[in-house]
Parts: sequence; C-alpha cells; structure tokens
Amino acid sequence: MTFEIPRETNTGKVVEVTIGATAEQGGSRSHTVTIGGATALSFHFFEGEHPHRPVVAMEVFDKAPEKHLEALKEYFGGVLDKPGEMARKCVEEYGAELISVRLEGTHPEKGNKSAEEAAETVKEVLESVKVPLIITGHSHFEKINEVMKKVCEAAEGENCLINYVETDNYKTIAAACIAYGHTLVAQTPIDVNLAKQLNILLTDMDFPAERIVMDPLTGTLGYGLEYTYSIMERIRNDGLAGDKMLAFPMLVTPGYESFKIKETWASEKDYPQWGGLKERAAYWEIATATSLLLTGAELLIMYHPRAVEVVKKMIAETFESGKRG
Amino acid sequence: MALSGLDIFKLLPKTNCGDCGVPTCMAFAMKLAQKKAELSDCPHASEEAKAALGAASEPPIRLVKIGGANALEVGNETVLFRHEKTFYHQTGIAVELRTSEGKEKLVSKIKEVEGYAVERVGEELTADLFFISHDSKEKADFLTAIRLVKENSAKGVILDCGDEEALKEGIEILKDERPAVFLRKEMGEDDIDLAKAYDINLILTDSSLEEMAAQAGKAREAGLNNLILNLEASNVGQHLQNNVILRRSALKKNFKPFGYPLISCIRANSRFDLLARASMLICKYDSVIVLPEYDRALLYTLFTLRQNIYTDPQKPIQVDPKVYPIGEPGPESPVFVTTNFSLTYFIVSGEIENSGISAHLVVADAEGQSVLTAWAAGKFVGETVAKFVKDIKLEDQVKTRKIVIPGFVAQISGDLEESLPGWEVIVGPQEASDIPSFVKSVKLT
Repeated sequence: MTFEIPRETNTGKVVEVTIGATAEQGGSRSHTVTIGGATALSFHFFEGEHPHRPVVAMEVFDKAPEKHLEALKEYFGGVLDKPGEMARKCVEEYGAELISVRLEGTHPEKGNKSAEEAAETVKEVLESVKVPLIITGHSHFEKINEVMKKVCEAAEGENCLINYVETDNYKTIAAACIAYGHTLVAQTPIDVNLAKQLNILLTDMDFPAERIVMDPLTGTLGYGLEYTYSIMERIRNDGLAGDKMLAFPMLVTPGYESFKIKETWASEKDYPQWGGLKERAAYWEIATATSLLLTGAELLIMYHPRAVEVVKKMIAETFESGKRG
Repeated sequence: MALSGLDIFKLLPKTNCGDCGVPTCMAFAMKLAQKKAELSDCPHASEEAKAALGAASEPPIRLVKIGGANALEVGNETVLFRHEKTFYHQTGIAVELRTSEGKEKLVSKIKEVEGYAVERVGEELTADLFFISHDSKEKADFLTAIRLVKENSAKGVILDCGDEEALKEGIEILKDERPAVFLRKEMGEDDIDLAKAYDINLILTDSSLEEMAAQAGKAREAGLNNLILNLEASNVGQHLQNNVILRRSALKKNFKPFGYPLISCIRANSRFDLLARASMLICKYDSVIVLPEYDRALLYTLFTLRQNIYTDPQKPIQVDPKVYPIGEPGPESPVFVTTNFSLTYFIVSGEIENSGISAHLVVADAEGQSVLTAWAAGKFVGETVAKFVKDIKLEDQVKTRKIVIPGFVAQISGDLEESLPGWEVIVGPQEASDIPSFVKSVKLT
C-alpha cells in the first residue's frame, strides 16, 4: 500500500483580530498583537496556514485574591496588590505578551470600588507597561456596565480587549467599545449554539467582526476541562467548515480557573497523594493550557510564571515544526 | 471499512438454501452487515467471501494487550474527536526503569509506583506499565530488573534491550505476561521470529511516515498483528502532526499499516516540559507514553487529564449520591442540596468551601444530570428531592431544618416544602459562583 498524507482543506478561516494601538494608531502601545487567521486546526501545519502564534497574557488585580495565590507569592512577593508594578514584573521578568487587568474589586460584594478607581487602575497599568491590555470584569451587570463605560473612555484609542460581555448583558459595553475604539470578548457558558447566538447579536448591532474574540468559558483540569475541550473543538471545526459566526479567535483563562480550585493551593500535608504543591500549582495550569491550545485557543490568560514560560516554549516549538513542514 | 448488506450479498452463494437459518441470502447479508449473524453460520461461504469479510471486520485501529492477567488494553479507537463518540482505551502511562540505576533504586522505584494510587470521582487512578531499558553492560542487570518487576508488580512490561541474547532470556522470564518489545532499529527477520515464537507485542520505531508504513506493512505480511508504532519526531509539534496523520490515515483512509496504537518516549529538560509534552500527546492520540522520570504531582496531573479526555461525553460522570461534609460541619450547620452530576458537585462544593463556611451538601440522585437537565427530566423535583432526604435520614444527621436549593429550580420550592414537613426551603443563587456572597446575606440556619 502506498502512503499519502491525508490532507483536508477548509473553506473557512478564523477572523484576524488585532489588540492594542501604537502612537500612529491613536494609542500608546509599543506594538500590537494579532491573533487568528488560521485556515486549519491548531498545529495542523501540513494542511493550512497559521499566520499568527497563540499568545500568552498574564493577569494583575485591582484587589488580589490572596487566599489562593500562595504558590505565586514566591514570584510576586509584595506586588500582588500593586497592579502597575506587578504588570511590569509580568512583562519584563516573566515574558507576558499582554496584560489583563482584573477589576474584581469593583464588584459590589468584593470591595465595590468605583468606576473612577477602576479607570485609575487601568491608566496606571497603561503607563507602567507598553504591551496591549485586556480589561477583565465580572458578572454584576449594573456595576460592570458602569465600570466598563468609564474604563473604555479613559483608555480611548488604546484598542484594549474588553473582557467580557454575555448574552444577557452586551449592549452597553459593546457600544462603549465602538465609541472608544476597543475590541471585545463574547463569553458564553460552554455551548456552541449560545456562542454562535451572541456573535450574531453583536454583528447584528454592527459590531465589527474583526473586533470579536470568543470566550467559550474555561473549565480547568479536573473541573470540566473535557467540556471546554470538546466545545472548543466543535466551534473550531464548524468555524473552519465555513460557519462565519463561529470563526472567531478563542480566549481561555487557565490561570483564573486553576487558581480557584484546591489542587493549586492545598498542601501536600493534607493531600499526600497529590504530591508537592510547588510543582502541582504550575503543572495544573500547564496541563489545562496545553490541552486547550490543541483545540484552537489563541489567547491564554495565565497566572503561574513557570507555566507561562513552559506554555510559550511549547507554542514556539510547535510553530518551529510548522516552518519545516 | 464496513461493508454494506449489498456488498456482502454479492459475496454469498445466492442460492437461498436457508442452511444458515435465514430464508434468503439477502436477509442473511443484511444480518451480517448489522453484525447480528456470523459468516460461519453459512456452510457454503467461499474462501473469497471469508477473506473479504474478515478484512472488513478488522477494526480500523487494532486492540493491543500488554501484560498478563491484568493486561492493559490500548487502541481500538474509532474517532478523531471525542465529541464524535468517545475515546475508548485510555493512554497507558509507563514509568521507565533503567538498569544503570542499580538494584536498590529500582526496587524502591517499583514499590513506589506500585503503591501509588489516587482516587478521583470514584475512580482509582494508577500508572499502568514499566518500561525497562537496558543501559548498563551486564546482561544480568537486565534480567534482574525484569525479575524485580515480576516479583513486585502485576503491571505489564515493555522491554528495551539491544542485546539479543539478554532480550530473549528476558522474554522467557515473562513468557506468560505478554510483554511488548521495543525495537530501536528497523525490524529484522530475528525480530519477526522472536515475536512469532513468544507471541509478544512488537513496538516498531522509525522517523519517517513512509518508512514506518513500509515496516508495518512488512510485519503484517509476516503475519504479525500485535504492533505498536513509535514514530520519532524532532519536536512536539512534528509529533502531534504525525499522530494526526497516523490516526486519520487509519480511520478515514483505512490505511492498514497505520491501524495500530501509538507510543512515545517523552524526553524533556525539566519536569514542567515533560508534563506539557505528555499532556498534549495524551490529548492527541498516544496510546502509551513513557515517562523517564516522575513525581506524584506530575502523575496526579496526567491521571486527571487522561480521565477528563477519556470520559465518555455522552455519559456524565456521577458522584455517589449522599451527604458530603464541606469543612467541618456540625448538626447546626447549613444544608445545601444539588444533583450528582460530578461537575455540578465539584463547582458547588468548591464555592461553598470558598465562602469559608462549613456545611452539609446533600447530593441527590439525579442520574448524573446537571440541575436544569435533571429538573426538566423530572429527576430533580420537589418529590424526588424530598424522597432522597427521607431515604438518607437527613433529619437524624442534622438539627438544621432549612435547606438551600439551586436558584435555577426555584419553582420546586413549594412542592419540596409540602413533601418535607418541618423544613423551610431557601432558594439559593442560580450560579454557584454567587454562593460566597449569598451565604453572607441570607440566614441559613
């Protein structure tokens, strides 16, 4: 039997989305980051184009969830609650390609910081680093709408990635993104049809397709990863097969999700079968991130510096193989 | 490739003799196509028909067994994506033992791996195989390592040994344990003879797809079928692409030489890189991975990933329906109720834990469905929840008489209160992530 490589060609192509804006483009970033553009499944270099590598962002906090970040203290020491300084450390020491500013502290039950305070935090980070920014909110509709409007205005022209809108709350924030020149994350709870529906709602209000990133909602390893994994594979398969409303780049959040669960903070003393915490905290995030990379994740927001280093290395290694062939 | 009823009919005698127990050859062909009959039921089947149907019934990826009584089964996969159906035989995880490590170290390693199991969602997760590589000079070292594994473990064994005489003696020790032999060089006549004589599994190694196809083709022609493929790659990206090409060729093109399970020996400069590569290769089609080193946290992480990827997407994983203590609850602690879908349980228990309170979490039997699905199917309604609470005698376990239900099933609160006299039903938040703020604002006891 003679062997021939079974190549499959797709009619669809993932939308290319650019985040950030340089001085010429009306912002203050040193460069922009573009994701998407693939015409084949993740790492299938033998049958399609992958013009942009997946990128790794790291997250800073307006209010650090310190209880669960034990494993990160060794890397960030006293800057966990100083978003500007932490952002600089992430970029300069740990190789973050973007910074996500998480505004959890504006949630009415988690500090209730004002929209103005949130805008100040974002400005502080914009000044301390020159990489493009992601602004990450929460699910308290009333408050986050107010916060995001203010933040979008304060960061006008920077083309931040505003993270996120949901099906039940998208109009106000999407309008602010259009008004002040930002890109948007459409988040839906692990479901192909809901994801598609929100993208249709957004494009129906004339939101530009090249400014939409999808977040299919990350379940971390052992806590629903398999659902996210398969939904993302289905979304990407459908998107490449020609469904334009599913052909957007995808964002995942292995850091936030991993650092919520016991495996990244419970001690070996309490769980001897789980092994050492120091390694386990990074392992957990690495396994979550690398498996989701295979499903088509283009933008990963991560926490553990060791995990960031390894995941970036794996991305570089897979793309190296693409050049050869 | 499956044959249709009509394809099969063409191969039958078409005499409608009825000797097979079915009135016509056409009806018999239809039964064969549905796998409800076997060709041997027809006493008049030609050799040609037997050969054609035999090849058609061969699975696209062969099931290979490594080991004796508790053999690890790998292969027999039918899809490229788990959402298309499911992945059947989870990746075997092998720990490498090097003869240069010395007897003492090997004994402790074998005992450590053998004694390591971790429970997750009701499953006991363990490593599956030992990979013995002969990297010292003495033949005796290799044979000692094999005997040590045999004495201390029931796990299957893979042998990697360049010394033919040592290999043969080693196989002799394991002759009832069906080991796999790892060939580092292209398979030769000696290897074919050895595989036939001892009925062992052969692991073929090559670095190009074409040459691997030629080698596997040659093995098949020699009548060998218990093969595992080790297609070496220069980096993980190449490796992943190879694995996709191999599995796609087997499943979509029915390319027989690639219809075998895949193995890789993972190399890395650090445990973190090792974990990353192993994770990707578990997701994308390796049936066996060999770890040159390990620690508990690394194995636990890989076991969990493997369990996630190989879970049947059509069958939700369930947790045991019962009362779970969160923190250190006493008789006065609050009571929450949810369904026994594992993901629901994990998220709800995690958020109660995050809230910092101790509580009793009643996980009702809802056949493993999530809250809304179970409610829609009538498995998580006032009556069924009340019955479960009574069956487990919750009233004898706690003094609390308030029970928190998920916000998505607020509508069952009336029925539940009616069916549970003496209890007050509190409607909790719809999303588990709102539990921490919920417990601060509502009096739960």
